[in-house]
Amino acid sequence: MAEIEMPGAIGTGSQIGRSVSRVEGRDKVTGRAEYVHTMRLPGMLVAKLFRSTVAHGRIKSIDTSAAKDVSGVLHVVTAEDVKRVIPDPYYGPAFHDQPILADQKVRFVGEPVAAVIASDPHIAEEAVQLITAEYEELPAVFDEVEALTANVFVHDELRPAATFADLKHLKGIKNTNVALAYKLRRGDFETAYATAAHKFDHEFRTQKVLHLPFEPHATIADYRDTGVTLYTASQGPSFVRTEIARLLGCPENRVRVKVPYLGSGYGSKLYIKLEALAVALSMIARKPVKVALTMEEMFYQITRHPCTFRIKTGVDNDGRIVARKCEVYWNGGAYADIGPRVTQKAGLTASGPYDIENVSIDSLAVYTNVTPSGALRGFGVPQLVWAYESQTDMIARALKLDPVAFRRRNIMRDGGEHTTGQVLKDAAVEKVMDRVLDRMNWSRPLDKGSGVVRRGRGFAIAIKAVTTPTTSVAIVNVSADGSVALYCSTIDMGQGSSTVMAQIVGEVLDIPAESVRITPCDTDVTPYDMGTLGSRSTFHMGHAVRLAAEDARDKLKRLARDVGEPEGSNIPVSELFKKRYGMQAGNIIGSGVYKPDYVSPDAETGLSPNITPFWMTSGAGAEVEVDTETGHVTVTRLINVIDCGTAINPKIVETQISGAALMHLGFTMFEKMHFDGGQVTNASLADYKIPGIRDLPGTMENLFVENYQHNGPFGAKGVGEVATFCVSPAIANAIDDAVGVRLTELPLNPEAVYRALRAKSGRPLDEA
Amino acid sequence: MKRDMSAQRTISFTLNGMRVTANVEPHINLIELLQVQFGLSGAREACGQGLCGCCTVLVNERAVSGCLYLASFVDGAEVATIEGFDGPNQLSAVQEAFIETGAFQCGYCTSGFIIMATQLLDENPDPSDNQIKHYLTGNLCRCAAYPEIIAAVKLAAQKRKDRGAS
Repeated sequence: MAEIEMPGAIGTGSQIGRSVSRVEGRDKVTGRAEYVHTMRLPGMLVAKLFRSTVAHGRIKSIDTSAAKDVSGVLHVVTAEDVKRVIPDPYYGPAFHDQPILADQKVRFVGEPVAAVIASDPHIAEEAVQLITAEYEELPAVFDEVEALTANVFVHDELRPAATFADLKHLKGIKNTNVALAYKLRRGDFETAYATAAHKFDHEFRTQKVLHLPFEPHATIADYRDTGVTLYTASQGPSFVRTEIARLLGCPENRVRVKVPYLGSGYGSKLYIKLEALAVALSMIARKPVKVALTMEEMFYQITRHPCTFRIKTGVDNDGRIVARKCEVYWNGGAYADIGPRVTQKAGLTASGPYDIENVSIDSLAVYTNVTPSGALRGFGVPQLVWAYESQTDMIARALKLDPVAFRRRNIMRDGGEHTTGQVLKDAAVEKVMDRVLDRMNWSRPLDKGSGVVRRGRGFAIAIKAVTTPTTSVAIVNVSADGSVALYCSTIDMGQGSSTVMAQIVGEVLDIPAESVRITPCDTDVTPYDMGTLGSRSTFHMGHAVRLAAEDARDKLKRLARDVGEPEGSNIPVSELFKKRYGMQAGNIIGSGVYKPDYVSPDAETGLSPNITPFWMTSGAGAEVEVDTETGHVTVTRLINVIDCGTAINPKIVETQISGAALMHLGFTMFEKMHFDGGQVTNASLADYKIPGIRDLPGTMENLFVENYQHNGPFGAKGVGEVATFCVSPAIANAIDDAVGVRLTELPLNPEAVYRALRAKSGRPLDEA
Repeated sequence: MKRDMSAQRTISFTLNGMRVTANVEPHINLIELLQVQFGLSGAREACGQGLCGCCTVLVNERAVSGCLYLASFVDGAEVATIEGFDGPNQLSAVQEAFIETGAFQCGYCTSGFIIMATQLLDENPDPSDNQIKHYLTGNLCRCAAYPEIIAAVKLAAQKRKDRGAS
């Protein structure tokens, strides 16, 4: 074992603000990190899935006979078989609307209809090819706006889960594709807009993109009559445990969920994905069963929400925004997943980081017949910022206002009210904007070029509330030799949470972060956490870990008193245990629980005096070169600035900003799932391109402003998503600056830019 | 339907310096062979199309995509995987540099990047940013740790010089 400093009574000083190297680094660079996708259990079987080829239809028959005849196939499973072991096989975090295998109906192309279990994956795959199904095809609806008024209903009736109190009233509602409608009413939009000097009315759209974590979804379930153990690639092990216990009708302590290293998630591995299916298959096979997707299959698991956003803004003659109406339609796909939460949590910031007296927001989660949509690094906020920050520049341009001055005239500031009614605190919107402008040299003019290639620049700013109220629990265990272990269910999927939590323990106990052992997540051992999502861990789990470490520290002090040590003694911790127990024995266990205060939004107005414990703010600035002959856009400079409160680990903060912005550069410039009649036509990495090392902007800066978060652990708050928000509108604004065309739909690929250039010159291209 | 087990053949090769033998069916790829028969999971399948580099393995000192490389082809070859890059308490210069620069997030693609970065530095001990980008084009990182990876390769170049000098 490499030399690791053991903690004594005297610490080495502050752990907060240190760029500690990742605590799990050695496992990752030596190939020893183990992920579920490559894991094997003794006696384990594997399952492969037969998927729907139609977008909406009644299942008339499924013929599994040829598959069953394949030598080596143990079981071929359909919904009827699942119901024999799990009588009500519908799951989901917000709605219990998703069947483990398609039950009487299929609702999207790619929906799992049957599963083949074998000991050899190649045999299972071969057998899947021999399954056939007959469907009575039904009309399908794919577009979120069409689905609002269509006569096609994806579900016969709404089935809200009991998890969220505000969804209860939706139970049993028929003849609708709207799963949830969130509204906010502040002031009087209609009157203010009618009398506004300048009116702007635009529609923006975002495309369907997906997470594509490089470890595809994978779960192994090992069911015994005494309980079930899951090894799963999950960002939310506590939710998995609760939901599997509900499906099985058993207590939570019969369900054990283990998560080894996670090959990233970005929101795709939240709540419950393959876990219910794997459990059902293990119950049927009475052996451990693994379900692991290929990268192609991930296109049928979960995606980001496409969104249509109609935004009306009224501005007075002083450049003051007096009224804004936001109508946001979220394309949720065939199953709700966490869409209703995206709809509400994103919806409440749809009017942007601006102080507007009269606001009306309607944010609707809409079912359609495509792959379900969920959370993707931003919980819907990037789609909103795309619209409102594009429109901010369009308004400034139309009114011949400086885009900086126009924003400054309207920006939200601490002490003022957020649109929801909460008094703004520790939201550094203007500070972030100023840093972006400073790094862009905004006060100096940009050489815009005069030939084929034109240059332009743009920027954007944004605000987001954290997903709340949510609970985190942590345990700190001090062993008799003085070494310290942390038990918490936050999943380090690459964002660096293990390192940050070790730093918090180290700070409180005055020991080096590197000496703290992070216990791998196992719900039999690590306590409850709501989930690793929405940039909540540093704040929520950070507090729980701080409290657990403080509890352990207080108990150590008590132990010192009990064994007769004088106050301030520097006796090593191991000696305290020896004095107390006569030998190297015993433990000190500290625990901590954190849940912030919260007031639910009013059902009628959507307003709340306490909607979030902290605000995330960010800004981005972009310089681009546009080739006017091809429409090709090169991002020559990308500046990303966020407000992270205290940076517990500056290096990790910087990496999070960079990674988030680059991922979003793909969503902005080229990523898009293409569909033909509900069928994804580019479902592989060969056809769906993601950013590579050559896509790095010419210059990239990833910066944070330190802005102490008064209620945060050591002044910190979350950073995982925040740098995604502004990339798209900053680039669109820069393109407009360069060549005078305005794109209102993502991605900003050469075809879109070239079409806009041709349309502007009065020579529009025919639709393809 | 019956599988033809007679299609199995015995191959022998060198794996991270050790002579080994294995029985393989013709459709088994190198990744499956390494994972199932040798318990080595540092090379991992992600895209399954040879596009992402997560499954990079060295065969006769050249990088291949293990997901597209049939296991039976390594008969008689020298195979090296990420698990052979470190010794007891001793990381390679590239591995150290990846840790020090934070050149990974989730780690799923990291083995491939380290193998390719090592091969690059063997060929070109002092690569420019552009040469690094060009050489690593075939490796993808969805966490997009690219700026840190470029920094890691440059730091590793320096470390190798320092180690060589010491």
